[in-house]
Amino acid sequence: MANNDYDAIVVGSGISGGWAAKELAQKGLKVLMLERGRNIEHIKDYTNAMHEAWDYPHRGLATQQMKADYPTLAREYTLNEPTAGMWATNKDHPYTEVKRFDWFRGYHMGGRSLLWGRQSYRWNAEDFTANLKEGIAVDWPIRYEELAPWYDYVEKFAGIAGTNEGLDVLPDGQFLPPIPLNMVEKDVAKRLEKVYKGMRHLIHSRTANITQAMPEQDRVGCQYRNKCWLGCPFGGYFSTQSSTLPVALKTGNLTVRPYSIVTQVLYDKNTKRATGVEVLDSETNQTYVFNSKIVFLNASTLNSTWIMMNSASDIWQGGLGSSSGELGHNVMDHHLSIGAQGTIEGYEDKYYSGRRPCGFYIPRYRNWGGDKRDYVRGFGYQGSASRGNWQQNVAELGVGADLKNALAEPGSWNIGMGGFGEILPDHRNKVSLDKTVKDKWGLPVLSMDAELQANEKRMRKDMKQDAIDMLEAAGVKNVRGWDGESPLGKGIHEMGTARMGRDAKTSVLNANNQVWDAPNVFVTDGACMTSASCVNPSLTYMAITARAANFAVEELKKRNL
Amino acid sequence: MERRQLLKMIMAASGVAMVGGNALAYEMGSPVALSATQFNQDDVMLFNDIAEVILPRTDTPGAKDANVGLMALILANDCYNTKEREQFVKGFQSLNKLTQNKYGKPFLLLSTEQKSKFVKGLDKEAKTYNKKQEIYYVPATSFDRYASEENPVVPHFFTMIKQLTIFTFFTSKEGATKVLRYEAIPGKYNGELDYKKGDRAWAT
Repeated sequence: MANNDYDAIVVGSGISGGWAAKELAQKGLKVLMLERGRNIEHIKDYTNAMHEAWDYPHRGLATQQMKADYPTLAREYTLNEPTAGMWATNKDHPYTEVKRFDWFRGYHMGGRSLLWGRQSYRWNAEDFTANLKEGIAVDWPIRYEELAPWYDYVEKFAGIAGTNEGLDVLPDGQFLPPIPLNMVEKDVAKRLEKVYKGMRHLIHSRTANITQAMPEQDRVGCQYRNKCWLGCPFGGYFSTQSSTLPVALKTGNLTVRPYSIVTQVLYDKNTKRATGVEVLDSETNQTYVFNSKIVFLNASTLNSTWIMMNSASDIWQGGLGSSSGELGHNVMDHHLSIGAQGTIEGYEDKYYSGRRPCGFYIPRYRNWGGDKRDYVRGFGYQGSASRGNWQQNVAELGVGADLKNALAEPGSWNIGMGGFGEILPDHRNKVSLDKTVKDKWGLPVLSMDAELQANEKRMRKDMKQDAIDMLEAAGVKNVRGWDGESPLGKGIHEMGTARMGRDAKTSVLNANNQVWDAPNVFVTDGACMTSASCVNPSLTYMAITARAANFAVEELKKRNL
Repeated sequence: MERRQLLKMIMAASGVAMVGGNALAYEMGSPVALSATQFNQDDVMLFNDIAEVILPRTDTPGAKDANVGLMALILANDCYNTKEREQFVKGFQSLNKLTQNKYGKPFLLLSTEQKSKFVKGLDKEAKTYNKKQEIYYVPATSFDRYASEENPVVPHFFTMIKQLTIFTFFTSKEGATKVLRYEAIPGKYNGELDYKKGDRAWAT
């Protein structure tokens, strides 16, 4: 085997790329994993993981200089000192916005698996049939039952803390013991159960933080520091580095190459197969060709789509996978920044210890079980209850020892929750290549043209009002609703620009994530999603990736690829 | 948890020793020198003296013990937007003139009672001013605004001094570990901890 020849190439090292590499390498394939950014070694390179607020030059705050340098990152919590250097910047990695699009990218080994929110929920059966039933976009080519065993499989390996609740809307899974709710959350859960007669539930969040050691992966477990985004020296949460990568490397079948920007999938029009990929070394600007029998695109939703748009454009003007006219279209996310909060009395003799990396979850209940709204689909809430601290309102307090003592004690109990709503696939919401703007390697950039449409806007009215109503029904005082801006991308759940489907004329990928026009190219990151559900998507990417990798290896054995 | 014990756990978890420092992954900025700001040592002394009235040493350390003045002025210099910084600087630099007019001395030379009375007066003035500006909610950090808020209403300069004092004190090692409770590695979450009045709050 020549140096540049592999059985499989995996483009990207984030959540789905890590899974693809692990599955393919464990099944005996010689795998090359390409990462466009630098390497980050588990534990060793988590340089801020043990730092405290007082260790940072500005106590962790973003400076005006940082805000001026990175205006897009400054739109969100993504700009701060502890995670400096971990989010891709527009300066080095520009994109253009026909409509505002907040694109938060992790260009380094592990991608956003190091930075993710870790909420891990299964899709339900209806999530896979709703498009068909409602005549929206195209039908998913798979059903929940086909994915369920793969959910089992990835949950067991990744380690998801949670509880089985027996709810159709949020299927049970293979969970580690949950991260506890506190007193207030438990009582609010009971009150909601009663007021809504068992139709709405406040449950433990399901999160990819492990509550038991996983010695087979050398993971100690969550230490309740709530510093996940700095990388965890204890392997407390699932990331490429803590989980899939070490196992993949142990097989001896995996080669990892950082600083490797994949500029295109190489396609042979005679065999109608990909032959490999072209790589631009981001440090040396040298171009390399790597050959393989199969290619897995896991570069993150929009970047996998970007690679396809750049590939085989001599055959299809819009690039590989564009023959249906759907490549780049139907971009989705979850809409958010909406909910309510308030204070709750009667728990002044209760507190907590430890810092949870999560809170509670209220699964979707709208347009479910007989409920019918003036919009389709629904939303869930994530939230938590906690006591105020020194950051509380200081407008009323004076100065001196009384102020100091007051701030040194916990304040009132607050409880709040924010909604995550489903965004429908809509052909009008799209990304395309902008060849007028080039990045520092001379590569064309993506242009974003997507916004919330009528269904989402109607849904948001409920998302705010229901949060207010539920908190008030639970006895929460001073309830205040909020409704912020929710441009696409802000949820950091981009999905859908190379959707799966049943027909090559209306979709980019088939039921096994193969590009219709190049069956040895698999796309298993968020790009493949045919609809968005309202639950966090990463767990589904894991399951879809493991399923597609298994299929790919079977097909290779049968010499079908 | 002891640091040594912690390192042992990490070693056990990974077979790798923690060797921070030279890696490129997460960028730790270098500490800011006072000389890189528009403020000087006299400003730090003045800020510390005012901050000590706001958060005095009691049976636990106070603002001066944490040298909040240095970090407060670094934050005012680097993290405030132009409008905030201008309002802060103008007010801060007027302090000695105000005490000169009232007591015939700069702030640092006032008696403890005079300092306390003067600062309380400023606090009252700030509240009245903020109310007029319709600023009813004053969190401990005003300077962490998102860049998109182009035209924030800026509170009275003393409110900014107060915010800077509170923020830099409770995020300092002194404030977080000796005035509040802080545990680097909690190890577990207890959602039903009993609390009695007077127990200190967690730092984060």
